[in-house]
Amino acid sequence: METLQLLGDGFATALTPINLLYAVIGVLLGTAVGVLPGIGPAMAIALLLPLTFGLEPTGALIMFAGIYYGGMYGGSTSSILINTPGESATVITAIEGHKMAKAGRAAQALATAAIGSFVAGTIGTGLLVAIAPVVVDFAVSLGGPSYFAIIVLSLITVTAVLGSSKIRGFVSLGLGLAIGLVGLDPVTGQNRLTYGAAPLNDGLDIVVIAVAIFAIGEALWIAAHLRRSPMHTIPVGRPWMGKEDWKRSWKPWLRGTAYGFPFGALPAGGAEVPTFLSYVTEKKLSKHPEEFGRGAIEGVAGPEAANNASAAGTLTPMLALGLPTNATAAVMLAALVQFGIEPGPFLFDNEPVLVWAMIASLFIGNTLLLVLNLPLAPVWAKLLKVPRPYLYAAILFFATLGAFAVNLQATDLVILLVLGLLGFAMRRFGLPVLPLILGVIIGPRAEVQLRQSLQLSDGNWSGLLSEPVAVVIYLLIVVLLALPFVLRLVKRRRPESAVSSLDLLEDAQGGSVDDLERDAEKDAVTSHNKEKL
Amino acid sequence: MTILVGYVPSPEGEAALDRAIAEAKRDDATLVVVNISKGDAYIDDRVLDQPQLASLEDRLAEAAVEHEVVQVNQGHDAADEILRVAEEKDVALVVIGLRRRSAVGKFLMGSTAQRILLHADCAVLAVKAPRAD
Repeated sequence: METLQLLGDGFATALTPINLLYAVIGVLLGTAVGVLPGIGPAMAIALLLPLTFGLEPTGALIMFAGIYYGGMYGGSTSSILINTPGESATVITAIEGHKMAKAGRAAQALATAAIGSFVAGTIGTGLLVAIAPVVVDFAVSLGGPSYFAIIVLSLITVTAVLGSSKIRGFVSLGLGLAIGLVGLDPVTGQNRLTYGAAPLNDGLDIVVIAVAIFAIGEALWIAAHLRRSPMHTIPVGRPWMGKEDWKRSWKPWLRGTAYGFPFGALPAGGAEVPTFLSYVTEKKLSKHPEEFGRGAIEGVAGPEAANNASAAGTLTPMLALGLPTNATAAVMLAALVQFGIEPGPFLFDNEPVLVWAMIASLFIGNTLLLVLNLPLAPVWAKLLKVPRPYLYAAILFFATLGAFAVNLQATDLVILLVLGLLGFAMRRFGLPVLPLILGVIIGPRAEVQLRQSLQLSDGNWSGLLSEPVAVVIYLLIVVLLALPFVLRLVKRRRPESAVSSLDLLEDAQGGSVDDLERDAEKDAVTSHNKEKL
Repeated sequence: MTILVGYVPSPEGEAALDRAIAEAKRDDATLVVVNISKGDAYIDDRVLDQPQLASLEDRLAEAAVEHEVVQVNQGHDAADEILRVAEEKDVALVVIGLRRRSAVGKFLMGSTAQRILLHADCAVLAVKAPRAD
């Protein structure tokens, strides 16, 4: 009951004209960046960070939430129309969606994606409302050692379990943690990794890092891969669905939601695995299996619902534990820190107005997206006609402006460029970007927990195992890391049981591999991925 | 004798093509159809796709003019490319379609047609699309 009361207050805050305006701006911006391949919600929020310093945190977060959800919707549009997923979570949508569009059913594909996203997003946000307070109650009871263990767990799962190459994942995480270390030691006040350069004493600004890695790195990468044959306009018309389409869509929507939310809510996160699982399930359950691969509407409805539900799920650990598990949530967390708000289990208690207004705005944003996107789909598709040099020139301009605006220091521009080149090099060598950003953002927070725990136990490492929850989580980490090796051993012993559920899981991970990498390489990789799919 | 026409599927492009075919028939010339787009947007309707190329071939064959189709869609400026092909083929006439533009629009967007008019070494014939009304 208390939750509903708080949610009601949240709606009251979110529905004030100014906040509603921010929500509208957010969803429009989010859809736009979602539609454009190579520009994701994470980059959009990173670019907006410097601009939002002057805003009230509530308004800014409402806008960011709109961008987050909008990106999911927009991504499906470019997946369906040009077979280039604008967003890693919509990779699966492209398989059936683009086939539908080619067969002249673009309107139905867009409609089932939009309505499915709305259904899943609304249910997912409802689940977030129900579950987040429970998670918070649990998390508040945890001490430093357990909290540190959870952080380690999420870093390990994002880095090693979901990624394609564990080594690349850990390299990226290591880079992120190292960048996060630069500056004064929070306990002893010593300079770390500054090499005597005074501007580094305060550490690297998270905004500069995020803008460099997401915006500069991506823009340089795209600029290096501009050549690509353009496609022709696929006539869209106003999205609509016939009776048959509804009948075939509503079950995949619900099943997709059921896959998406739990995966998003786990501290491992990611929309790639649930969208893939949803696709496989729909293919198996469909009454028209022959249509799969030639444009089956179930293959669009399910994965689209799954990706939006997981977007809602991802906000659970982000808000309740301060643990972001995808790039966009990570940048949103960085925004909270910029506003001087401490993320973590106490966020709900310390900033109830902010948190509940943001959750309420998710419901509002979802509805806005449905209302806006059904009639406007052809307009969004026009965005794809913008010549890319203009687009990336604008991104580089705003990135530079934004990075300079943070502290008005010329040194930041040098840092921006260096880290931008790092971002470019990472994409070039297939290093995922997500572990780095998580390392930068969560690393310092993990360090605080670690140092506190060690201080309490007089520097004794066994202090980290002083809580049962922590022990259980460390065991879980060991199991997760060992699992792939064990599976491989088991497989080698019994090659005849090739088609087991475990294999399916491995397949799913294999699928997610490309997608996570896609996050880094996005559209440059698409052509070669298309062959794989 | 060779005639070059810059062709994109638009009213201006069609007008230019029609006129170029007529000119080629009259002078019994070889017609070089050049289809150019920078190809830097994800969706670009100026690039001819396979069915459009096929129907263009049909049309040229029907008109019974000797012809050649050149397609460039990777990162080249349209004016530069037309001038390059014109020089290479040693053409006697370049036919282009002109868009109706306001002075401000012209100032902001620049003009491929203007650059061709200024820099071409041969005669240039600028054709306008028939008004819609």
